[in-house]
Amino acid sequence: MIETIRPALVITVREIRDQFRDWRVIFPVLGLTLFFPFLMNFTAQQILDFVHQYGANIIGERMIPFLLMIVGFFPISVSLVIALETFVGEKERGSIEPLLNTPLEDWQLYLGKLLAATVPPLASSYLGMMVYLSGLVRDGIPLPSLDLLFLIFLLTSVQALMMVAGAVVVSAQATSVRSANLLASFIVIPSALLIQGESVVMFWGNYDTLWWAVFGLVVLTVLLTRVGVAHFQREELLGREIDVLNLRWALRLFGTTFIGGAKNVREWFGAVLPRDLRKMAWPIAAMLVLALAGVLLGAAQVDRFRLPVDKTSLLGFSGGLETLTNRWQIGDFLPVLAIFWQNARAMLLGMVMGFLSLGVLGSIPLLMTMGIVGYLMQLLAVNGVPAWVSLVLLLPHGFLEIPAMVIASACVLRAGALMSTPNLNKTVGEVWIESIAEWCRIMLGLVLPLLLAAAIIEAWITPRIALFFVK
Amino acid sequence: MIVVEDLAKKFDDFTAVQGINLNVAPGQILALLGPNGAGKTTTVRMLTSILRPTRGRASVAGYDVVTQARQVRASVGVLTEHHGLYNRMNAAEYLDFYRQLYGVDRQTANLRINELLERFGLASAAKKRLGEYSKGMRQKLALVRAMLHNPPVLLLDEPTSAMDPESARVVRDAILGLRSQDVTIVLCTHNLVEAEELADIVAIIRRGSIIYDGSINGLKRTLLGPLEFEARLAAAAADWQPDPWPQGVTLSGRGEDWMRFIVESPQEANPTLLNQMTASGLKVVSFQEVTHSLEMAYLEAVSRYAGEMDV
Repeated sequence: MIETIRPALVITVREIRDQFRDWRVIFPVLGLTLFFPFLMNFTAQQILDFVHQYGANIIGERMIPFLLMIVGFFPISVSLVIALETFVGEKERGSIEPLLNTPLEDWQLYLGKLLAATVPPLASSYLGMMVYLSGLVRDGIPLPSLDLLFLIFLLTSVQALMMVAGAVVVSAQATSVRSANLLASFIVIPSALLIQGESVVMFWGNYDTLWWAVFGLVVLTVLLTRVGVAHFQREELLGREIDVLNLRWALRLFGTTFIGGAKNVREWFGAVLPRDLRKMAWPIAAMLVLALAGVLLGAAQVDRFRLPVDKTSLLGFSGGLETLTNRWQIGDFLPVLAIFWQNARAMLLGMVMGFLSLGVLGSIPLLMTMGIVGYLMQLLAVNGVPAWVSLVLLLPHGFLEIPAMVIASACVLRAGALMSTPNLNKTVGEVWIESIAEWCRIMLGLVLPLLLAAAIIEAWITPRIALFFVK
Repeated sequence: MIVVEDLAKKFDDFTAVQGINLNVAPGQILALLGPNGAGKTTTVRMLTSILRPTRGRASVAGYDVVTQARQVRASVGVLTEHHGLYNRMNAAEYLDFYRQLYGVDRQTANLRINELLERFGLASAAKKRLGEYSKGMRQKLALVRAMLHNPPVLLLDEPTSAMDPESARVVRDAILGLRSQDVTIVLCTHNLVEAEELADIVAIIRRGSIIYDGSINGLKRTLLGPLEFEARLAAAAADWQPDPWPQGVTLSGRGEDWMRFIVESPQEANPTLLNQMTASGLKVVSFQEVTHSLEMAYLEAVSRYAGEMDV
C-alpha cells in the first residue's frame, strides 16, 4: 500500500518544499498564522468587554467559536491559490510534460498534487487556530467546549479539502492559470455562502446543524475528488491550448446528443426516450425511495411543527374549493400555465443545484415537495380528516406530476454520476454538455408534457373531484 | 525496439498523424524530420503513451503504448521541447526527485547522476538553483534527466538546439556512445547536419504522413538521383572523353581542368573510368564524390511532396 502511495508523496514533498521557498506563499501564511490570530484575540477581548457592559454575554460566548472558525478559514483561502495552479501552472511553465512522461499512475500524480495543495494551508490553519486559542487562555477568556472545538477543527479541515478538491479539478481542466482563476468563482462563491451560513448557525448556537455541513462537505469532497480523478487525462492536459470558447463545437455536441441518433421525431419518441428511461432505471429507483423518504420525513415533522387546524377551517374547505372551481374554469389556461411554470421552475432549480453539486442537491425539490405532501397528509390525518380526502386532493394530478419530478430528479442524479465516473475519452466539459443535452431531451420529451398534463388536471379536474367528494 | 503500424491521431476535426509506419531496431538512431506542425511531437507523445492513438498500434521496448502505458513510460527517456525544470530547486534535488519517480535506487542513481553531470560539464553547478542556469545548461540537465534511469529507448527533441558548439559536440558524442550500448534513439530535429552525422535512418514526416523513411544514402539516391563524381586534373583536357563509355556513366559537366560524371554503379564503373583517364595520359589530381547533403535531399523531398499535394 505504502509503496503505491510513495510516488504520490514524492510529488507532495517536492511541491511543499517548493512552496516554502516562495516568499509569496510564506508571507501570507506567516501573517495569517501568527499575526491574524492575535488580531482576533484582541477583537474577542474588545467585543467581550463591550457586550458585558450591556449584559449581552451570550453574544460574547458565541463570538469566541465564530472567531476561531474565521481564524481557521483565512489560511485555507491560500490553498485555493496553490491548488488552482497545480496542474495548469506546471503546464504554463512547461514542467508538466516531463512529469507526465514518468511511470506515475494518473491517480498517484493527482493525489500528490491534491495533498501538496492541502497540507500547508491546513497546517497553517491549525497553527493559527492554536495561536488564537493560546491567546484566549492567556487572556483568561473561557475556551469553547471540547466537542465544539473538535467540530470547528473538523469543519475547517473538510472545508479546506472541499476547496482544494474543487480547485484541483479546475486546474486539471483549465487551459491557463488565468482561466483557472476565472473559474475559481465556482468555488469561491459557494464557499463564501457556506461560511455565511455557518456564521449564522454559530450565532444561532445550534451547533448540531454544523454536523450536517460537515457531512455535506465530506460528500462533496469525495465526489469532487472522484470527478477529478475520473476525468484526469494526460492527453487533455497537453492537448488543450486555447482558451477560446468553442461555441460551434459545443452546440454541435449538444445537438447530436439531444437528437440521440434518431432519424425522425417518431424515432426520437419511440426509441431514444424509452432508451433513456431504461438507462435511468437505477436513478429512478433511488428517487422513488427518496420520494417515499420525503413523505415519511414530512409526516414525522407534524409532531415537531404542528399547525393549528380548527374545525371551522376544515368546514370552510369545501367553500374554498367551490370558489376555486368557479375561478378556474375548464378551458382557462392561465391557472394551468401558472401551475406548469411553478413546477417547471422547480425542476430547473433542481437541475442547476444538481449540476453544481454533482447530482447531490438535484433531488432537493423532489424531497421538499414530497416532504410537504407527507406533512400535509399527516396534519390532516391527525385532525381527523380521513386519508382518502388527502389522496383525492393529490392523486388526480399527482399521478402524472410525481413521476415527472422523479424522472427529472433521476436525470440530474444520473448526470452527477456520469460526471464522477472515469471516462478517458471525454473531458468534464464534454460530459457536462452531453448531460445538459440529455436533461433537455428528457425534459422536453417526457417531463414537460407530463407536467403540462398534470397542470391541466390540477387546474381543471382535481378541484372538482375534490369538491364532489368533500361535499 | 520501436514498431509503429498504421498509427494515427485525430484531434476533433484535425488529423495530426495519419497512419504512419516505423521500425527502429535496437541500437539504431532514427532522425524524425519534418517542418513545424508536421506531426513529430504528436508521434513522440503517442510513443510515450501520453496521447492515445486514434488508430493503429505501436510498441516501444516491447510494450504496447495503449495497454502497457506505465511500462512504456518506464522504458523511455524523453527530452521534451520545454525542459520543464523547477527553478527553485538545484540540479541534485531535481534529479533526485526524478530518480524517485522512476524508482531507481539511490546508490545506483547517484553514481549515474555524478557520471552524467561530469560528462555534460554540470558537476560544478549541481548545487546551483536551476533558475540561474543558462539555456544550454538547462538543456543538458534535461538530457541528464532523460538518461537518468538508463532507458533502452530515448526520444530526444532538438537535443542541442540551445547549446554552444562545444557542448553540442559533447552531447552528440554521448548520443553516439549510447548507440554503441544498443540504446534506441529517436531524434526530432531541424538540424540536418546533426541528423546526418548521428542518424542511421531517417523518416520525413509532413502533414501527418511519412513521405520517406529509410537510410540517408537511400534518401539521397531516391531524391537526388545517382551519385556524382568529380575529377580534378593537373592540366586542361578540354575534349577528352572515355572511349568506350563505361556502362551507366554520363558526363554531367566539365570545365577546363575538371569533369563531372553521373555514375549509376560506382563500384564497377569508377575503376574503369579512372583507368581510362590515366591510360589517356590525364594527370588526375583528385577523384571524389560530389557531396549531396541531407539538407538537399530533405528540401527536395518536401518540395516534391508539396508539388504532389498541389496537383
